[in-house]
Amino acid sequence: MGGVSLPRILQGPMTKLNSFLLGLFLMASPAVLASEEAHSADEHAAATEVHAEDHGDSHATEHGEEKEAFDPAEVIMHHIADSHGWHLFDWNDHPVSIPLPVILYTEQGLVVFSSSLFHHDQEGTHVVEVDGQRFVNIHEKIYYASDVANEHGVYADMDHETHEVANASPWDISITKNVAALLFAAAVILLIFLPAARSYKKNPNGAPRGLAGFVEPLVVFVRDDIAKNNIGPHYKRFVPLLLTIFFFIWINNLLGLVPFFPGGANVTGNIAVTMVLAIVAFVVTNVNGNKHYWGHIFWMPGLPVAVKPLLAIVEFIGIFTKPFSLMIRLFANITAGHIIVLSLVSLVFIFETVWVSPASVLLTLFISVLELLVAALQAYIFTLLTALYIGAAMHEEHH
Amino acid sequence: MTGSIAALGAGLAVIGVGIGIGLIGGRAMEAIARQPEATGKIQTNMIIAAALIEGAGLFGIVVALLGN
Repeated sequence: MGGVSLPRILQGPMTKLNSFLLGLFLMASPAVLASEEAHSADEHAAATEVHAEDHGDSHATEHGEEKEAFDPAEVIMHHIADSHGWHLFDWNDHPVSIPLPVILYTEQGLVVFSSSLFHHDQEGTHVVEVDGQRFVNIHEKIYYASDVANEHGVYADMDHETHEVANASPWDISITKNVAALLFAAAVILLIFLPAARSYKKNPNGAPRGLAGFVEPLVVFVRDDIAKNNIGPHYKRFVPLLLTIFFFIWINNLLGLVPFFPGGANVTGNIAVTMVLAIVAFVVTNVNGNKHYWGHIFWMPGLPVAVKPLLAIVEFIGIFTKPFSLMIRLFANITAGHIIVLSLVSLVFIFETVWVSPASVLLTLFISVLELLVAALQAYIFTLLTALYIGAAMHEEHH
Repeated sequence: MTGSIAALGAGLAVIGVGIGIGLIGGRAMEAIARQPEATGKIQTNMIIAAALIEGAGLFGIVVALLGN
């Protein structure tokens, strides 16, 4: 048989991992072929995002009856953004979603109703009337509805080009998709850690087994490598906070990668969520700042007196840039990851051919694996930097 | 001409990130080659530095998204 030898990968035994990956890939392509007509992306391989249904159809009110071209930017932004109902899938071109409560603090007090009253309208054409007040939903923001519709059928004073709305809006404290997902992640965390804690109490001198045994290396890692190394002698006070931050961010990142309910909500990619985490880090750092910390900010030693006031201003701004960077880093990493995954899945719909799907599925698989790493890494980085800032604030001078 | 200046700015930000993380990776490789038993520590610190650089680059991306 000639002098040609097979490449090594085809020579050795077919490992289990190779078989699995090959099977996944082969399963994915014919599945996409079968589903292309049915418009349902639910048969994609598990590693790909499932929600890439074309939502252009439900927005067809202003554009006539033909099917619109697939707009990847709109679909992607729709999946990144928060919403008042949790959309699950489309059935026969009809969206199926879980209606979440809309809670508004209006001029006349608290108003609560189900988001199903909007009937999936996001263009402001459907008015919900509750207790004499009229509301309208434009791109998932709720406004007080105008009395008459404008020329596009929208019950609001909306600029058609820029989509800016001039109507007033009530305080929106609804249970949106992100809030529901956050509560679910909190439930997951409690479900993991409360039984683990209980098993330590029941069996204080034995080796941890089961859930506690699974969780213990991670907890010890945060306590020793993150807290003790960076905070110094009083580290024990901050371990609960750091553990909460670490696991909250990690579990929410992971749930955001799951393509089906109850995952798939972009919680840590919501800048409000990361802002609150950063504010917590900011408050804890500055409340625990000792004299040397504040001294180094406002009257730093080792510099000529003339320069000190100038640098004091710079250092004062520096107090705020650190939590700001924490906020932006987590938000941008997670959102960018979701955008990349959704873009790669959208490739199939942009080219409208099944033969793109091997490339699309492989790329999405690769990026999803990278996103798993990013999920853990961003949680670690946020926790580590918070510990570093706390440690720097509490650092005692040794001269 | 398609695209936007915001997209151009995002691309420029990524150049900086690419160079920075590339340098970090290269120096980490050299350090591991010099002292293989310190691989664990070097790797950890490399990942931390890479995440910080990426954070800075993502500032640029976020501003590009805002400007678009």
